[in-house]
Amino acid sequence: MIWQLDLAILTLVVIAGIGAITVKDLLGAAILFGAYSFMMCLLWSIMGAVDVSFTEATVGAGASTVFFVAAVFRTTRRTKD
Amino acid sequence: MSDLMQMLVAKYNYWIYITLMMIGLYAMIAKNNLVKKIVGMSIFQTAIILFYVSTGAKKGATIPIIEHGHGAETHVVHAVDYINPLPHVLMLTAIVVAVATLGVALALAIRVYNRYNTLEEDEILAQIREK
Repeated sequence: MIWQLDLAILTLVVIAGIGAITVKDLLGAAILFGAYSFMMCLLWSIMGAVDVSFTEATVGAGASTVFFVAAVFRTTRRTKD
Repeated sequence: MSDLMQMLVAKYNYWIYITLMMIGLYAMIAKNNLVKKIVGMSIFQTAIILFYVSTGAKKGATIPIIEHGHGAETHVVHAVDYINPLPHVLMLTAIVVAVATLGVALALAIRVYNRYNTLEEDEILAQIREK
């Protein structure tokens, strides 16, 4: 485990997580959540958990983002917070 | 004071995992929009999974795929050379369950939107009180 890379990607994960819950557009929140999931997948491959990493890449960053985008298109993009 | 700083720096990853978990908890409790609450729930789940996977990581170990898979009877396997794979397999189940709960939560949010024509929690509660 390379701790410099670990710390840099952890910082990006926290930034993407805060961005996903503060942005005032639900489609933007969905895309930022996809970026969060992809950073999480990189973090797991740094820790050596390759099986968890590729499951997260397909299921977390792929299917979850598709679910969010589909739900946003079926409802509304507007949000108050 | 230096003890506290040393603890903060040495265990920086645990503090960041707890920060992520608290971001998710805050979004679940304080956000008004239903989709934002669901995003918070997913962040909370991945923070817990991250904590569990990090407990299996070791310094100077390789990924848990055995070397010399063929002809293994002539080689000795040292468990200390491999990262502990037990948290990984447990958390694989947790990821699949997380996606299932996400799908159900989004389906319920779509039903709520079709009925009340809004995703904001206060507007939904106001419409329920009117009836």
